[in-house]
Amino acid sequence: MKNTEEILQALKENFPDFSFELKSDLPVEGFIICNPLVIDKISHFLHDNPELNFDSLINLSGVDEIKANQLSVYYHLESTELKHKLVLKVVTDRNSPEVASVTDIWKGANWHEREAYDMFGIKFLNHPDLRRILMPYDWEAGHPLRKDYENPEFYQGMKVPF
Amino acid sequence: MINTKSSAIRTEEMVLNMGPQHPSTHGVLRLELALEGEIITKVTPHIGYLHRCFEKHCEAMTYPQIVPYTDRMDYLASMGNELGYAVAMEKLLGIEVPQRVEYIRVIMAELQRIASHLVALGTYGADIGAFTPFLYCFRDREKILHLFEITCGARLLYNYIWVGGLSHDLHPDFVRKTRDFIKEFKPTIKELNDILSYNKIFIDRTANVGILPVKTAINFGVSGPNLRASGIKWDIRKDDPYSVYSKFDFDIPVGKGTHGTVGDSWDRYFVRILEMEESLKIIEQALDQLPDGDVQSAIPKRIKPNAGHVYGRVENPRGELGYFIISDGSTTPYRVKVRAPSFVTLQILGELCKGYMIADVITILGSIDIVLGEIDR
Repeated sequence: MKNTEEILQALKENFPDFSFELKSDLPVEGFIICNPLVIDKISHFLHDNPELNFDSLINLSGVDEIKANQLSVYYHLESTELKHKLVLKVVTDRNSPEVASVTDIWKGANWHEREAYDMFGIKFLNHPDLRRILMPYDWEAGHPLRKDYENPEFYQGMKVPF
Repeated sequence: MINTKSSAIRTEEMVLNMGPQHPSTHGVLRLELALEGEIITKVTPHIGYLHRCFEKHCEAMTYPQIVPYTDRMDYLASMGNELGYAVAMEKLLGIEVPQRVEYIRVIMAELQRIASHLVALGTYGADIGAFTPFLYCFRDREKILHLFEITCGARLLYNYIWVGGLSHDLHPDFVRKTRDFIKEFKPTIKELNDILSYNKIFIDRTANVGILPVKTAINFGVSGPNLRASGIKWDIRKDDPYSVYSKFDFDIPVGKGTHGTVGDSWDRYFVRILEMEESLKIIEQALDQLPDGDVQSAIPKRIKPNAGHVYGRVENPRGELGYFIISDGSTTPYRVKVRAPSFVTLQILGELCKGYMIADVITILGSIDIVLGEIDR
């Protein structure tokens, strides 16, 4: 069982070129911020390393941080064997949001990433099937959980009632 | 003469739509089945028919106003949804709630687990063609709903567990009626076993169908009874205890492959039966130890957490229910993401169904026990 500081140390040793930042000043849970385009490599390491053994992705959620003009994704990882947990965060630009997909490592990430794409428009690179999931496939009015989203007046020629 | 050799017949893949209006999809779910004859080659679930923008709504409401909306996600386990939200919010606020509140919450959550499993088991039997157990299960579930009704006035959508407390204290008759229910319910589990669990036809339909290996289950993030049926002891009540679960003595049933392979549909079914017995144990202990106190003393007058984020989770009847809440320091949340157990579990349907027949899709879908209300949120 390892805490976030020890995991950060292991990551820094294994990926000397990548930047990591630990944020633990917020109440409740600390998290590690890493680069969105290498999150798949980092995840591979976290999953395969026997001392870390993060075999389960509990949750993946997109967040719109409109004030900083960025979109972010939070990953909640857990090891069912070693019983430790980790929160990762990646930050990407709001105008061209691109994050590497972790579907290869945790298959359960598939729908979570589709949901983040559907709701925030975050593009997950190398995702096998990046379609909308909760909204209609032909929804053209953007991504509803973005803070500046506005409901369209019409959907496929029909008036949107609310 | 007709050549019956299969190699001589040209076959073509057929696509069949099952749902959205179909009694065995347990809600509005559309399955796109790719078929080779009657053998499934691919299943593509299409969801979103019940999307009600829960997460968007949350961003426009104050923290206490969200509670009734959580009820409507997994509508068969509303107490569990409320408990999950309360656990997450209390972690974010850093407040302690009185012991009596925690005990009542555990009793409610476990009664809800039994009620939810009864629906799962009953409808599972009905899907496969056994109609009588369905009526037995609903009869017993109605007794639990009556207990909820005398407590808070609602049968299904309670708004009972609030952040920091409860909306009402227990009804004076509650403890006696719950004990009566436990006494009546124990023999009916045996009855259900005789009529359905060990029924030869039922076993033939479910054993060795839809086998889920434990490695695949963890990789997909499957949780709850579906994961335990694959043979791993993983239960948040034990592994990451919340509320007062650490004070009770109970087992975690796992699938053993009694009639087939570990992790088949029968195991997933039977784990739920065993879990009901464990829930009864917890309720009995909680009723014996139930402390006195005021259930509303810890409710904050105004909920305004510091900026930060929290992930709170509970063991709901369908698996791990998690709330990821981001606060920006105001009275409304900045972002709420719900990790719905059924949403994650439904992803494995394609893996499980490959190579089985259409009739087995019903069996497998029933055995993973999904609720579309929380998948689409």
